[in-house]
Amino acid sequence: MAAKPLLELRGIDKSFGPVRVLHDVSLSVYPGEVTALVGDNGAGKSTLVKCISGIYPIDAGTVTFEGREVAVHSPRDAAELGIEVVYQDLALCDNLDIVQNMFLGREIRRGIALDEPAMERLAGETLASLSVRSVNSLRQLVSSLSGGERQTVAIAKAVLWNSRIVILDEPTAALGVAQTTHVLELVRRLADNGLSVVLISHNMNDVFAVADRIAALYLGRTAAQVRASDVTHAQVVELITIGRSGNLGLPPEAPNDFADLLPGAPR
Amino acid sequence: MTSMTTFETPGGVTAAKPTVAGHVRDYLARIRGGDLGALPAVLGLVLLTLIFGSAEPETFFSAGNFANLFNQAAGVTMIAMGLVFVLLLGEIDLSAGYAAGVCGAVLAILLTDFGYPQPVALVAALAAGAAIGLVLGFLVAKIGIPSFVVTLAAFLAFQGVLLNLLGESQIVSIPDGFIKSLNKDSLPVTWSWILAGVATAGYAVAQLLRFRARTRYGLVTEPIGIVLFRIAGLAALVLTATAVLTQERAINPDVTSLKGVPIAVPVIGGFLVLWTFVLGRTSYGRHVYAVGGNPEASRRAGIPVDRIRISVFVVCSFMTAAGGIMLVSRAGSVDPGTGGSSTLLNAVGAAVIGGISLFGGKGKVIHAVIGGAVIAVIDNGMYLMDFSSGTRYIFTGVILLVAAGVDALARRRAAATGNR
Ligand SMILES: Nc1ncnc2c1ncn2[C@@H]1O[C@H](COP(=O)(O)OP(=O)(O)OP(=O)(O)O)[C@@H](O)[C@H]1O
Ligand SMILES: [Mg+2]
Repeated sequence: MAAKPLLELRGIDKSFGPVRVLHDVSLSVYPGEVTALVGDNGAGKSTLVKCISGIYPIDAGTVTFEGREVAVHSPRDAAELGIEVVYQDLALCDNLDIVQNMFLGREIRRGIALDEPAMERLAGETLASLSVRSVNSLRQLVSSLSGGERQTVAIAKAVLWNSRIVILDEPTAALGVAQTTHVLELVRRLADNGLSVVLISHNMNDVFAVADRIAALYLGRTAAQVRASDVTHAQVVELITIGRSGNLGLPPEAPNDFADLLPGAPR
Repeated sequence: MTSMTTFETPGGVTAAKPTVAGHVRDYLARIRGGDLGALPAVLGLVLLTLIFGSAEPETFFSAGNFANLFNQAAGVTMIAMGLVFVLLLGEIDLSAGYAAGVCGAVLAILLTDFGYPQPVALVAALAAGAAIGLVLGFLVAKIGIPSFVVTLAAFLAFQGVLLNLLGESQIVSIPDGFIKSLNKDSLPVTWSWILAGVATAGYAVAQLLRFRARTRYGLVTEPIGIVLFRIAGLAALVLTATAVLTQERAINPDVTSLKGVPIAVPVIGGFLVLWTFVLGRTSYGRHVYAVGGNPEASRRAGIPVDRIRISVFVVCSFMTAAGGIMLVSRAGSVDPGTGGSSTLLNAVGAAVIGGISLFGGKGKVIHAVIGGAVIAVIDNGMYLMDFSSGTRYIFTGVILLVAAGVDALARRRAAATGNR
């Protein structure tokens, strides 16, 4: 337990109007490690990520980066800290090419004009550093890429900026076997290069294949954050589905806490 | 597919080494894949020119008519250039026609009733355009009213504003001066050739600099043969046109000589270069395409989506004002019909015929210019062939439908080949 967390969330609350989506959530992200964020559909994983990246403002709680409390109000703030997110829907512009997408919002300029050659070169180098050698042309429209290639572009876009933390929201959800393996290798390589990686996934095999730590969300609460080597598949599944497993997870004696969240409960 | 040499881009991603044959092959593949760009419009323009030229060789192919085409196309083409920005975001501006009329009226009234100097009146009219765009853009981006509704309301309102501005007399003539010559007179022959030379040289330098920059970074370049071919093509086009336009075209040359490139040409050309640069080479332009392609992705990339949305309406209405000035300059006066009847629909038609997608995210400013040329040629050629204006409208409508049909089929094709 020598390493200090790079990013630490404490007591995060987030509501959308009357709907409380995150409740006292905490999460620690360590450098050089893959932290898997798991939880059932609607547990609040994507929402948590959007809070970290400044897309949603948080209602309460603290965000600490390198031991310093920070306020992230916009995607730009997050980017300045070195936090990059690869969203579930990838957020690529289909009508732009690979280079244009990788530099979107942060184009390199020379005077007032775009410096296309510099961007294309950097994009090429970044893709190559991720051992990507399969694109036909860096000037290919993103719409013509396969799912795995799009995922790779989105990841390359995130690591282009000397980022410290890369958050991936279900990067393998829509991929075939070979492309999943490739993306997971990529994820592992990022962490081995010293980055912090947060990986959201529903697939336990993927999680155990690459994760060092596992954080489980249950109905918008942190059920547990544990080392991957300390738990079994079954325990994680229990954390996801009922919020506890043995002595891990949320205490069973406070069911009323969930009354407003459980299906069928009176509002 | 003979010996395919490869090429190492930075970082070691290998790519096929560019050859002329390969380039042509890629282009054909793109066309087949449904990425047509301005090709249908250019083919249409050539076809229409041949048809009208063979039907009325005496008049249609005369230097006078050629010069006339530019003046005829100027107003609608400028408005269409502005519409490109709005269409790139998948929005529409239905008020552009009457906004042009209103800005033209502002110009004429400042010149006559207020006796302002010409440059002041010109700037005021353009500023009026920009202000209109600011209001429209604000209502769309910040209040969230669909642009179709906002600009439909503005269309009705501006029609009334124009009537009220013109007051009792209902027709305001503008005094002689440079504004009146903008879309009426021509450059002296010497200046015409200087302009042609500068345009050709400028294009060549821009192309070669781009080629050199890419080579220097060790990137895949187009084969130099293609670059030179493009430069030669443009040079041939510009120089031929200049040669025709510098012919004497007065009916009675002894009284007044009439030759030279119409002033409207450098005006259109200047805006074409400006907006092409803005859209293609600045981050602002990149963001316009991005917001048109995926607003949510743009927002997450830190692009101020609302501001981009407002700005395209400002650019559009600014160009609308410029178009209005060209309309007024050509007519020499403003009346309640200025910018009315088919002005807006011709401008939208020009953009669509030129190859701009109404779904946003795709298109260039040059497409509006080519589309504007198609519209002007149809109007002009059918007039020369003595078709009634009713038939001309019908034919323009059919052409628009054909263009939209080609676009739709190309898009289906592109979706199938993942080229969207
Ligand atoms: N903008 C919003 N407004 C209201 N409710 C929202 C909003 N975004 C998310 N929610 C709700 O918050 C809850 C958590 O959603 P979230 O997308 O974070 O879940 P998730 O854990 O990412 O699920 P999945 O695994 O399906 O991606 C859901 O019940 C969802 O309906
Ligand atoms: Mg999610």
